[in-house]
Amino acid sequence: MKMTCKAMMTAALLFLPGQLAAQNLKIAMESRLSNLDPILSASHQTRDHGYLIYDTLLALDENQKIQPQMVDRYQVSEDGKIYTFTLRDGLKWHDGAPVTAGDAIASIKRWGQRDRMGTELMTIVSEMKAADEKTFTITMSEASSVILDAFAKPSGVTLFIMPERVAATPISEAITDYTGSGPFKFVADRFEPGSQAYYVKNEDYVPRSEPASWFAGGKVAYVDSIERIEMPDPLTAINALNSGEIDYLQTIPFDLLPMVPEGGDTHTDQLDQIGYQLGYRFNSLQQPFDDNLVRQAAMYAIGQEASMLTQFGDPKFFTLCGAAFGCGLPYESDIMADVVVDSNIEKAKELLEQSDYDGETVLIFHVTDLSSMSSIPLVMAQQLEAVGFKVELQSMDFMTMLSRRANKGPVSDNGWSIFVTSWHNLEISDPLRSYMISAAGEDGYAGWASVPEIEELRQTFLRAVTEDERKAIAADIQKLTYENGVFAPLGSFARISGFGPGISGALRTPANVFWNIKKTEG
Amino acid sequence: MIGYIARRILSTIPVVGVVAILVFLLLRLSTGDPAVIMAGDSATAAQLAEMRENMGLDQPIWMQFFYWAAQILQGNLGVSLHSNVAVTSMIADRAGPTIALALTTITFSILVAVPMGVIAAWARGTLTDRFVMTLAVLGFSVPVFVTGYALVYVFSLKAGLFPVQGYKEFSDGIGPFATTIVLPSLALSTIYIALIARIARSSVLEVLGEDYIRTARAKGVKERAVFLRHALRNAAVPIVTVIGIGAAFLISGVVVTESVFNIPGLGRLVVESVLARDYPLIQGLILLFSFVYILINLVIDLLYTVFDPRIRY
Repeated sequence: MKMTCKAMMTAALLFLPGQLAAQNLKIAMESRLSNLDPILSASHQTRDHGYLIYDTLLALDENQKIQPQMVDRYQVSEDGKIYTFTLRDGLKWHDGAPVTAGDAIASIKRWGQRDRMGTELMTIVSEMKAADEKTFTITMSEASSVILDAFAKPSGVTLFIMPERVAATPISEAITDYTGSGPFKFVADRFEPGSQAYYVKNEDYVPRSEPASWFAGGKVAYVDSIERIEMPDPLTAINALNSGEIDYLQTIPFDLLPMVPEGGDTHTDQLDQIGYQLGYRFNSLQQPFDDNLVRQAAMYAIGQEASMLTQFGDPKFFTLCGAAFGCGLPYESDIMADVVVDSNIEKAKELLEQSDYDGETVLIFHVTDLSSMSSIPLVMAQQLEAVGFKVELQSMDFMTMLSRRANKGPVSDNGWSIFVTSWHNLEISDPLRSYMISAAGEDGYAGWASVPEIEELRQTFLRAVTEDERKAIAADIQKLTYENGVFAPLGSFARISGFGPGISGALRTPANVFWNIKKTEG
Repeated sequence: MIGYIARRILSTIPVVGVVAILVFLLLRLSTGDPAVIMAGDSATAAQLAEMRENMGLDQPIWMQFFYWAAQILQGNLGVSLHSNVAVTSMIADRAGPTIALALTTITFSILVAVPMGVIAAWARGTLTDRFVMTLAVLGFSVPVFVTGYALVYVFSLKAGLFPVQGYKEFSDGIGPFATTIVLPSLALSTIYIALIARIARSSVLEVLGEDYIRTARAKGVKERAVFLRHALRNAAVPIVTVIGIGAAFLISGVVVTESVFNIPGLGRLVVESVLARDYPLIQGLILLFSFVYILINLVIDLLYTVFDPRIRY
C-alpha cells in the first residue's frame, strides 16, 4: 500500500510539474517603485504595490458595478444618510490578527485627508463609528451615494484598508509598517528601491467565492511569489521578455512593439480597456492665457488629431475623445466636444484677432521622459505658431515639470503657459475626482482657473441622488469647462503589455493586479 | 612615505567638505521639489507644505546644511526621502555590482590594451599597427550602449550564452557571477581598451627613441629585454596615469552600462536619485564618489614611485 501511494505521488509529480513546483512570477513594471505608501503617494506603481498587499472595502467589477470586497454586506438608511458596513468573515492581517471595523474607520480617515474625492466626501461625513468588531456605520449630514463610488474607486488614491496602528500615521509621513490583508505579503527585507521588490503568497487569505472580475470577486493567488525587477531601459526589458527572463512586462512602447514576435511563446495584450486621458491646462493667472479669448483661440488651434497621430503614429493606438470625463464612461458627453477635438485654424485666428494678445511668449513645458507625451508639445507649438502665437518650448523630465509648474509667476519670471499631462480615465471619470476641471482659483489645481460655477456644480454633484441628475450636472460642468478654457482633452490611449511563455489568467483591469495569474513551466 | 600618505588622506577632508557644500547648495538651488515628486500630480498646496515640513525642507538652507553635516560627522548619511531606507544601506546594496563591474572592466582592459599598445608600437607602421589603431578608433567612436545592445543581440538572444540582463553576486557562485558580468564588462571595456592602447603605444614609441634604449641596443641587449626591461617600464608612468583617470571615469561610464544590462549598481542609483530629487541619497553618493576619486588619485601617485624610483614623496 505504501509503495502504491509513493508511486502515485511520483507519477503526480512527473505529470504535474507546473502545478506543484513553487511558482515565482517575475515582473517588470513601467517605472520604479520608490514610495510604499499608497495613500500618501498617488503614483500608479505605488497603487499597484497596494493591490498586491492590501484589500479594499468595495470594488468595481468589469461592468463597472460596485461590488462588496472586504465588506460582506452594506445597508443604507431610508433617508440615505447612514451607511452600515459589515466586514466578511475570515479577514486577517498578514500578522494573523483579525481585521476589525476600527481598522477600516482609521483607514478611511487617513484616506479622506488625501484623496480628492475622499476630502469632498469628508465634508458631509458627520460620524464614523464601530458598532462591533465587524460592523461600522458612517453618518452623513446630507444624503449622497458618492460614498460607494469613492470607496470603490480603483485609482487616484485607492482606499486600501490598513491596520489601525498603521493608518494612525500622519498623512504627511510615509508608513513604515507594510502589514496588509491582501493576497500577497510584502517581504520588506528584500526590498531594494530601484532594484527589486519581493512578495510571497498570503496563505491565510480567504478569497471571495465569486469569480475574479476587475478588482472584485475572488482574488486567488496562483503563484507562490512575485519578484518585481526594476528595468529602467525598455529595450532591455523587451529583450528580457523575449529571452524568458521575465514573465510580465507592464508596458511595451508602441514603437518597440514589432520586437515582440507574434505567434511565438510570448504575446502582447492590452489589459487596460479604459486607458488614459491626455490633456492640457493653461496658466489662467498670467498673460496671455489670463484672457479667455486667447485660451479659446489656442484650443481651436491645437485640436487633437495632429498631436495624437504624431505621438502614437498609428490610429489604432489612440482614440480622439472630446468628453471631459472620458469616452465610454458614465459621464461622457459631446457638449462642445468639437471645440477641443477639431483643429480650426481660421476660427483660432479670428478669436486671436479679437483678443488682447500682443505677442506675449507662450511657454510650453516639454516633458521628454514620458513616451506617452514627449512629442505632443512639439505639435502644439507648431499649431499655435500657425495662428500667430509666439511660442517657446522648455524641455525637462516630468518630475521637474511638476515642480516648475508650482510657479504662478509670469513667463519672464520662470513661469509657464501650458502643461500637458495624463490621468487614467478612471481618475477623471466624474467631476469629484477629476483634477483637470478644477476651477477653484489659486487654491486649486495648477493652471488656477477660476470659475465659481464649476465648483458649485461639483458640490451639487456630491449631493445628487439620482444618476440622471448627476449626468446633467456633469454635462453642465463640461460645457463650462470648455467655455472658460479650463482644460482641453487631447484624446486617450492605452498601454500594451507583454507576457512570457506559460502565463495565463491576467485580468483585463485598468490597473496591474496579479491575482488570478497562472504560470505553467514549459 | 607613510607621512605623505597620512597628509594626503588628511587633505581629503577639506576637499570632501567643499564638495559637500557645493553639492548641497546646487541641489537646494536647482529646480525640483521632493514633496511634489513623492505625492505626485494630485497633492494640494497645503498637503505639500505639510510634507516639506515633515522632511525638514521648510527650514532655512543653512540650518538644513548644519543638520546634515552633523549627521555626517556621526557617520549617518540620512534616510532616503522616498523609500525611507537608510542611505548607507542603499549604497551598500548597490556598491557590490558596481565594484565588480569596475574591477573586471579595468582588469580586462589592462590585460588587453597594454599588450595591444606595445605590439602596435613594436610593429609601428605595419598592418598590425594600423589594425590595432583602427580598433582603438572604433572603441572610442562606438557608444557603450550600442556595443552593449550588439553584444546582447549576438551572445544572449541569438547564441543564448549569457542572460540578457541582471546581476548575480560572487557569493551566488562563480558561474552565475561570470555569466552576468562578462557582457557588461566587455561593453564597458571597449572605450578603456582604446584609451589605454593608444597611450601605451605612444608612450612606448616615445621611450623607444630615448638615448638609453639606443645605448642598450648598442650594448647588445636582446630586443625582447630592451622592450620589457627598459622601454615598457619607463613608459609605465603615463599608462598608469591614464588607467587611473579611466578608473575614475568609470564611475560615470557605469551609468549607461548598468541601464543596458539592468545591473542594480551605483550608477543607476545616481540617476534615479537625481530624478527623484532624493537629496540625502544624492548627497551621500556624491560624497562617496568624491572620496573614491581622491583615493584613486592617491593610489596612482603612489604607483609612480614603484615604476619610477626617481619619484620620491
